[in-house]
Amino acid sequence: MRIPIIAAIAKKDLREVSRNRTAWIPAVIVPLIFFIVLPVGFFLLPRLSIIQSAGMRSNITPQELQAVLPPDIASLFNGLSPEGMIPFAMMGYFFAPMFLIVPLMISSIVSSESFAGEKERKTLEGLLYSPATDTELFIGKLLAAFLPGVGFSLIGFVLYAVVVNILGYPLIGRIWFPLPGWWPLIFWIVPGVALLATSVTVLISARVNTFIEAYQTGGALVVLVIGLIAGQASGAIHLTVRVNMLVGLIIWLIDFVLIRFCLKLFNRHALIGKV
Amino acid sequence: MIAVENLVKDFGPHRAVDHLSFSVRAGEVFGLLGPNGAGKTTTIRLLNGLYHPQTGSSRIFGLDPVIKGDLIRARVGVLTETPALYERLSAEENLRFSGNLCGIPQERLVQRVNEVLDWFDLSARSKDRVAGFSKGMKQRMALARTILHEPELLYLDEPTSSLDPESALQVNDLIRKFSHADGRTVFLCTHNLVEAQRLCDRVAVLEQGHLLAIGTPAELSHSLFPAVRLIIEFASLPADLANLLSLVPEIENSSLEGTLLHLELARSAVIPELVTALVNAGARILRVQPQELSLEDVYFRLQEKKDGVK
Repeated sequence: MRIPIIAAIAKKDLREVSRNRTAWIPAVIVPLIFFIVLPVGFFLLPRLSIIQSAGMRSNITPQELQAVLPPDIASLFNGLSPEGMIPFAMMGYFFAPMFLIVPLMISSIVSSESFAGEKERKTLEGLLYSPATDTELFIGKLLAAFLPGVGFSLIGFVLYAVVVNILGYPLIGRIWFPLPGWWPLIFWIVPGVALLATSVTVLISARVNTFIEAYQTGGALVVLVIGLIAGQASGAIHLTVRVNMLVGLIIWLIDFVLIRFCLKLFNRHALIGKV
Repeated sequence: MIAVENLVKDFGPHRAVDHLSFSVRAGEVFGLLGPNGAGKTTTIRLLNGLYHPQTGSSRIFGLDPVIKGDLIRARVGVLTETPALYERLSAEENLRFSGNLCGIPQERLVQRVNEVLDWFDLSARSKDRVAGFSKGMKQRMALARTILHEPELLYLDEPTSSLDPESALQVNDLIRKFSHADGRTVFLCTHNLVEAQRLCDRVAVLEQGHLLAIGTPAELSHSLFPAVRLIIEFASLPADLANLLSLVPEIENSSLEGTLLHLELARSAVIPELVTALVNAGARILRVQPQELSLEDVYFRLQEKKDGVK
């Protein structure tokens, strides 16, 4: 494998996608909503006098909330009122799986753009006539989709940590975020999910001919995130460090199988037939 | 340079390339002629390892494209039927990307990009996105990309289709320069017979994946039209022309249209005697012109023969 060729393919794809507004506008807006708008809303809304005067208070008791939280996380909020506890629980614990939407979405957008998009714009044939091997082409395109998915998530995580710590400081009086479960989420599950989104989109891209078809079908992976959110909200699963390590391991194993499958699928003979 | 032996490529029940055999010598311009769907593009894809044949084999620079496709593609340039340019990238970015894929060292690449942009008269637009280019400019850009890494062999698939006559002429001039001045081998796929006649040293005619004929345009013409065609234009006709012509056994066919006499002769050696006889019979001759057969004549005769066989 020749690294300069892989780098050239990844760089070209990133440059192309950065110039496609249809692709990058949602890739910027959605993380901004998740990382800034939502935490600000969750922390500030309960404090607004209009809401308090309207009697829109939570009916949840601290005991009920602590029952769905893992004990080590619940203990962090001891002494807070239910209204005070809710933003911390939401932002520090329940929100965690939502975070996976970002790598999922960004990697799906870029990989749809780079695989199905090349077919749609009739540039794939020219690329297939290049001296790059099938594996170099695949890895280059994989990196182009994987890196922004992980990169945006990391930047978003830092932003999110700053925002929730600033907003939570007056109530807790210390830097409280990230909670332990976030570390494996960000550095173990997020790359796995980015790779999963890329691999699935590659598989779909081999069968469809447009960016939109590939992106929409790949978007079905959101079900995975919804499953985690529902599981966590119902108390069925607690996304602790150990559980997150396990979830990540399962995702990476799926990635491994999918990538091996993609490498078999990603050959000129199969791709040129779709041009 | 290229040796193809009994190549077969099927797509389901459809046979796209049917026991194709030919060879291309280094430095020649080889034309693959045929209508749309004849198998020209499939042949190029087979020769570059993009498709694997069902049976048969090919060797490019002595290498098998099925196994050594990447090594072959590093030494060839392919101009596809559509320019296949990245429209969101500038002309320079397109060329740099292509150069990086071909492994051109960075210093050389900068120099080479400037050279080809200059050569194709695109320097002034080097920073502009390709999306804003005209069809002719895009085709020139695609050609620039094809020769950027100085390939030994160029595959040009319908290089002038969808171009206006001026741009087409410009592209033809460039092909001539690459082949005759630079000594590169050119493999030209076209259904434009005038273009093939102008550019190709040898041609192969393909029909439904099957090779109908191969040779120089002159060889094909002689094999299909053994008779010598001659036009004689008279200022005044001789007396009793019909009788005079009947005395020359080598004349296979004749027709008179006004003052133009069209003849088909078994051999050209009889022409001087024939002209002398006409003059002696009182003819005043303006011109005697052997008629060159065009590739178009050859092509359509081949089609007729094939249909006759069917």
